[in-house]
Amino acid sequence: MKNKKIYFSLFALILFSVAVFNCTGSGDSGNFSDAASKVYVAPGSYDEFYAFMSGGFSGQVAVYGLPSGRLFKEISVFSQDPETGYGYSEESKAMLMTSYGFVPWDDAHHPSLSMTTGEQDGRWLFINGNNTPRIARIDLKSFETAEIIETPNSAGNHASPFVTENTEYVVASTRFSIPILNKDVPISSYKENFNGTISFISVDKNNGKMNLAFQILVPGFNYDLARPGKGVSHGWAFFTSYNSERANTMLEINASQNDKDFIAAVNWKKAEEYVKQGKGKLMDADYYRNYFDEEKQMAVSEVNKKVLVLNPKDCPGMIYYLPTPKSPHGVDVDPTGEYIAAGGKLATVIPVHSYSKMIKAIEEKQFDGEIDGIPILKYAAVNAGEVQDPGLGPLHTEFDGEGYGYTSAFISSEIVKWKIGTWEVVDRIPTYYSIGHLMIPGGDTKKPWGKYVIALNKITKDRYLPTGPEITQSAQLIDITGDKMKLLLDFPTTGEPHYAQAISADLLTKNSKKIYELEKNKNPNAVKSEKETRVVRNGNEVRIYMTSSRSHFKPDNIEGIKVGDKVYFHVTNLEQDWDIPHGFTVKGLNNSELLIMPGQTKSIVWEPKQVGVYPFYCTDFCSALHQEMQGYIRVSPAGSNVQISYNK
Amino acid sequence: MSSRSKYLMLAASLILVIVFVFPIWNIDLEAPQYPEGIGLRIWINQVTGEKEFDLRNLNGLNHYIGMKEIVPDAIPELKFMPFILAFFIGTGIIFSFTKNRKFIFVWIVLLLIVMSVGLYDFYMWGYNFGHDLNPHAPIKVPGMSYQPPLLGTKKLLNITATSLPGIGSILIFISVTLAALSLFVDKKKRVGANV
Repeated sequence: MKNKKIYFSLFALILFSVAVFNCTGSGDSGNFSDAASKVYVAPGSYDEFYAFMSGGFSGQVAVYGLPSGRLFKEISVFSQDPETGYGYSEESKAMLMTSYGFVPWDDAHHPSLSMTTGEQDGRWLFINGNNTPRIARIDLKSFETAEIIETPNSAGNHASPFVTENTEYVVASTRFSIPILNKDVPISSYKENFNGTISFISVDKNNGKMNLAFQILVPGFNYDLARPGKGVSHGWAFFTSYNSERANTMLEINASQNDKDFIAAVNWKKAEEYVKQGKGKLMDADYYRNYFDEEKQMAVSEVNKKVLVLNPKDCPGMIYYLPTPKSPHGVDVDPTGEYIAAGGKLATVIPVHSYSKMIKAIEEKQFDGEIDGIPILKYAAVNAGEVQDPGLGPLHTEFDGEGYGYTSAFISSEIVKWKIGTWEVVDRIPTYYSIGHLMIPGGDTKKPWGKYVIALNKITKDRYLPTGPEITQSAQLIDITGDKMKLLLDFPTTGEPHYAQAISADLLTKNSKKIYELEKNKNPNAVKSEKETRVVRNGNEVRIYMTSSRSHFKPDNIEGIKVGDKVYFHVTNLEQDWDIPHGFTVKGLNNSELLIMPGQTKSIVWEPKQVGVYPFYCTDFCSALHQEMQGYIRVSPAGSNVQISYNK
Repeated sequence: MSSRSKYLMLAASLILVIVFVFPIWNIDLEAPQYPEGIGLRIWINQVTGEKEFDLRNLNGLNHYIGMKEIVPDAIPELKFMPFILAFFIGTGIIFSFTKNRKFIFVWIVLLLIVMSVGLYDFYMWGYNFGHDLNPHAPIKVPGMSYQPPLLGTKKLLNITATSLPGIGSILIFISVTLAALSLFVDKKKRVGANV
């Protein structure tokens, strides 16, 4: 009897503990069955938004659906992709050419959608290569990389590629200051020899073609992030900088000494005037522009040897410094263009500057000295307010279009919601863990869809099934339609989801390409019908012009190849049907397979080293007889007299 | 002939002009992996896909069952059918101005005969394509033929084929009705005049 009582008490205690634990032990709040229905996209239904997330160190861009968090595609941008042949095929290798040679990887940080009158127009997505300074333009009809331009006089292309209101420019700057032109100097001569640059890359409004319009030479700080103005502040662009100490060693300590660093406010309309007046200097440079010629289905490189550089000393009124506490990281402009919020990663407040106050301060010459010809405006004269208690390590701010800013706080792992104007914090929600950027669909435009905010987290620790030392990074979808933010969904991401953009799906779905028209394929190595297929020897170079269609290659048996030959497979996919790519590979191919879209031609080089018979086959399960889609190549010894022959 | 019947006959003839720009028969195919549909359009002078590349894609699929490729240029009917249609338009216009009811009657009968022959020819075309299969085709289902239905819906392996007259056929039907009406209206009028 007594025992039973004890057992009962124990049982009650356990129940009670479980109940308490359930109430308080989980960091997650909210009703998850309700959350599930908000992110459930029924089979066969479409998501409301496309989200484009940078792959960070993967160098690519991943395409997700929101609110489901489903992954649709990884777009090859800066990194080779053996799955499709990107960066390996003869048609795509040129995309990854730089003045440093072939660089088949990068560190891709900030996707940025093209805009018209400050709203997303669904034409292009830009993204920076941080390591080897580059900017890529992705075509949102084909979801493929269409162009990559290098930026000279730059090292660490981090503050990039944010677009101006009508995509007049994508901006860039150099995170690492360097000698300009780069030369062999002692690193300790940093203060004399090192400078930064800010770049304006124009975008042709008809075809998207990028052109480095001009650069501005700036003091040797570290330029970190940027946002062009919009609405009232259209015509300006804002760049954060840290290391105004101009330290060159142990920046962790030495660049964290000043109470305030600077946001550089650039009047780019004024800069354009100075360019017209001939104030720019043409400097020697060496940088690539690679573009994908869609008609030829082939990347082409051009090398540029000059760049136009403006010096603030010759161009008064073009650039001002706004003092900003402390080592600011992000700089974000609200939908009206009036407020400029800085994420001072070491600051205890979020300083928000006012565009109209800045203009007034410039008119009244409220300066506090100057650096290398750049006037420093007085902090009090430009500051609109400070958000107090914004969490530790505030980095980035996005806006919901309803009068609120949402700032990520890296160190305290949270998103803080604050009110524009009163600068008071109205809500906060934990993130799991160490949030970097955050993103509201359209949250950097004049017209945000203030429905969700996505937290892009650097660390996940215990949030998912562990997969050894390397575990996934993640995104978190948070509902912001109510007064309280509500966590709806966690989902893993490829690479590091550094920053992201999202766009209403209907802006893209209607334009999404289904096939490439064979008739319009101008690739010099294309064959438009099986009748045109052939094998041509020219010395030790053999070109195989072949076709693929369900479920065969033409030709499918090839003889007369010899060890020491350089064999080009030029494969044209004759299909004109949606979602019928064909793959191609041959045994022992040293570079990559090919994935060829309907109507497309791709080429890969093979240098067989051993005598024998080699099968080739289709790698994409294309049809019921996919396994029959194969052929053989006979490789004879060097110097043998087996003639080229093939069946058609 | 009254002016009313003249205009009816004129309308019957002119309406046939529109037949040049609309398909006379539609064959629509549905299959699990073609949620967007795939189809054939048979015009007075051509065979096309419902969408730009449908015919090409159908021919691609058909080789699995050993069906001959549909090559519109190799179908002789498509060459002379436009002339037959032009003949009916021309004679129809002339007959609407001549006051001979017999001619119109013959015109109608002839058009009905041509329609029937055309339909039979179309059936045979479908029959031949569906039965004259390459014996080396990869997919051979014993006893299976792939003749599309003349009218209605039929299941062919994974594909549901639906065959229906197109706007062109409906226009021809309206034309015949109008021509017949022109005779009828005329007769009624004359009866009235006699009273």
